[in-house]
Amino acid sequence: MAANMKLEEKVTQKTTMSGADMLIEALKAEKVEVIFGYPGGAVLPIYDKLYNSGVFHVLTRHEQGAIHAAEGYARISGKPGVVIATSGPGATNIVTGLTDAMIDSIPLVVFTGQVASNVIGSDAFQEADVVGITMPITKHNYQVRDIHELPKIIKEAFHIATTGRPGPVLIDIPKDMSVLEAEFDYDQEIKLPGYQPTMKPNHLQIRKLVEAVSQAKKPVILAGAGVLHANASEELRTYAEQQNIPVVHTLLGLGGFPADHPLFLGMAGMHGTYTANMALYECDLLINIGARFDDRVTGNLKYFAPKATVAHIDIDPAEIGKNVPTKIPVVGDAKEALKQLIHQNGKPADTKAWLEQLNNWKKEYPLMYKQEPGTLKPQRLIEMIYEYTNGEAIVTTDVGQHQMWVAQYYKFKYPHRWVTSGGLGTMGFGLPAAIGAQLADPKATVVSIVGDGGFQMTLQELSVIQELNLPIKIVIVNNQSLGMVRQWQEIFYEKRYSHSLIPNQPDFVRLAEAYGIKGLRATNEEEADRVLKEAFALNAPVLLDFHVTPDENVYPMVAPGKGLHEMVGVKL
Amino acid sequence: MKRIITMTVNNRPGVLNRITGLFTKRHYNIESITVGHTEMEGISRMTFVVNVDDERIAEQITKQLNKQIDVLKVVDITDQAIIARELALIKVAVTSATRGEIYTLIEPFRASIVDVSRESVVVQVTGESEKIEALIDLLKPYGIKEVARTGTTAFPRGSQRAASSNKLPFII
Repeated sequence: MAANMKLEEKVTQKTTMSGADMLIEALKAEKVEVIFGYPGGAVLPIYDKLYNSGVFHVLTRHEQGAIHAAEGYARISGKPGVVIATSGPGATNIVTGLTDAMIDSIPLVVFTGQVASNVIGSDAFQEADVVGITMPITKHNYQVRDIHELPKIIKEAFHIATTGRPGPVLIDIPKDMSVLEAEFDYDQEIKLPGYQPTMKPNHLQIRKLVEAVSQAKKPVILAGAGVLHANASEELRTYAEQQNIPVVHTLLGLGGFPADHPLFLGMAGMHGTYTANMALYECDLLINIGARFDDRVTGNLKYFAPKATVAHIDIDPAEIGKNVPTKIPVVGDAKEALKQLIHQNGKPADTKAWLEQLNNWKKEYPLMYKQEPGTLKPQRLIEMIYEYTNGEAIVTTDVGQHQMWVAQYYKFKYPHRWVTSGGLGTMGFGLPAAIGAQLADPKATVVSIVGDGGFQMTLQELSVIQELNLPIKIVIVNNQSLGMVRQWQEIFYEKRYSHSLIPNQPDFVRLAEAYGIKGLRATNEEEADRVLKEAFALNAPVLLDFHVTPDENVYPMVAPGKGLHEMVGVKL
Repeated sequence: MKRIITMTVNNRPGVLNRITGLFTKRHYNIESITVGHTEMEGISRMTFVVNVDDERIAEQITKQLNKQIDVLKVVDITDQAIIARELALIKVAVTSATRGEIYTLIEPFRASIVDVSRESVVVQVTGESEKIEALIDLLKPYGIKEVARTGTTAFPRGSQRAASSNKLPFII
């Protein structure tokens, strides 16, 4: 069997084939299970070869849907998401998704068609300078100028996208390059002297960190998405337990540490828990593992962890010291670093008093919201979804209030169940991301929780959900407004609700039905309970339109320019 | 503060665009750039002079540049013993009375006259930026018609023993 395969490989090595065929062979060699895309003039030769290729291609209804689906797929599967779009408008439609993937470190390999080489630069039909446009929003990008280079470029792209700090890589393929033929050799070694990510952390820095922990009285771990990218959840838990260190998460890190663990303090940042934020403010040792000290996490840097020695473990050296001065820099993979730390088995921090204080805060200042009988509170809605799914569902969201409520009230037990647009804050992300997530894990319960605003930015993807009969539960947290914008206008702009209230939203239930998807509506808690029960009993897509109390705000809140300790709305 | 950053990069289409794009994206100000081939085929050297507020930003620049796949090596050589040179062409207005004076004036700068016309001469000078500034200053009273400067190119000296962060004033 093995011998046969080797023989086969040797045969393919020598074969001459067209660029389009090369692309398909390369996808097979990379074991790509699914690609998301949209055809058009410049990629016609590629789509022609796709026709009988056996490659599973999902036709989304907009290129933005394709790239967000690929992001959702990558988040859940841990494999790169693959996208194809045509030149010009096809390519510019994926710009948002590329930026989203870049800032949230999601591995993607994106192929765009381009006008033929001989007309590039002549403002030809559907021509856009895609390499120029996407240069700052990709980890790397290529334009194929010589067909002989295509196999090497594709191989490098997959390598770059998935190693080190993951990210999107784009390959722009002029139409003639899809047709021209050359030898396909995918067995060549990758030579990238300018790209050598550091995986193994420096032993000396690890020793320093062990020493710092042994001295610390109030240590805290801030765990970000780097823990998830490195598949280091087990190690994080082992380390935190071994050293008795409490853990707070960034938005994107959620699920990396079990939310029901006694050492877990919740999410930190602008809408973080009181305990998490105060832990960051009061700590004497801050161990950042795979987070980039985003401004939404730190608040005003002047007041961020003012008493702490900062240690930062990150695979990207440029993140260390970028925003927060760092005493103990550890460049490397989170899993490697945590393994070494566990192995060192240093003297644990004496955190008894610290944990007691934190537990008191947890009791004194839990997340809370005002109950109003006869209505549906958005926070309660998320709690109900959590209860129905036992905290084990894959949840995707857009950006805004609903996203923050999910982050607060959906207590993720497991890693790789949470798909959200963090750094870029992209409306319209959640629905297509759910498609990719469900395809990556067909057996999982997938709930796409979106707002009534964001949903309408990519709702055309309902068509794909229906076509593939993906049993996604689409939850619209419908407050007839752009909730987070409205909240800021209420608080910072004297309730001047400029273009944030949308009282005439369409009938989402009938909209779902128009797409052949079951639609349900609830306007109070009892109804919500009933429709959720009905929806989760069905192994089919369901759209649920929840009319929640419209003037709800997300609290606690750290206003822009304030320190984490200055949060408001911690008590009712 | 001024920092001199040199790097070697793959000589591929778009690399300069990548680098300058990165400076724009991160809001770094470039004072000058020079690019040219190195002794190795397919590899170019770039020298940047940037103006930054503090060391942290200088460090960020080198780290961000290092992340570029086509960037092979980045060094902030400001604090090393380096050879830094720039070339300038200065077109100065002359009269028959001042021509001789200018010849004498530029001599200690080891500058030369590379073009002469009835109303002007073109002075070519190489050296560190400060030296060029000084010469331009001296020539200003005569009336400078045009200046073209290449920007600084630099690399570390063969021996680093004399390295010092306090740079001596330029030596003519």
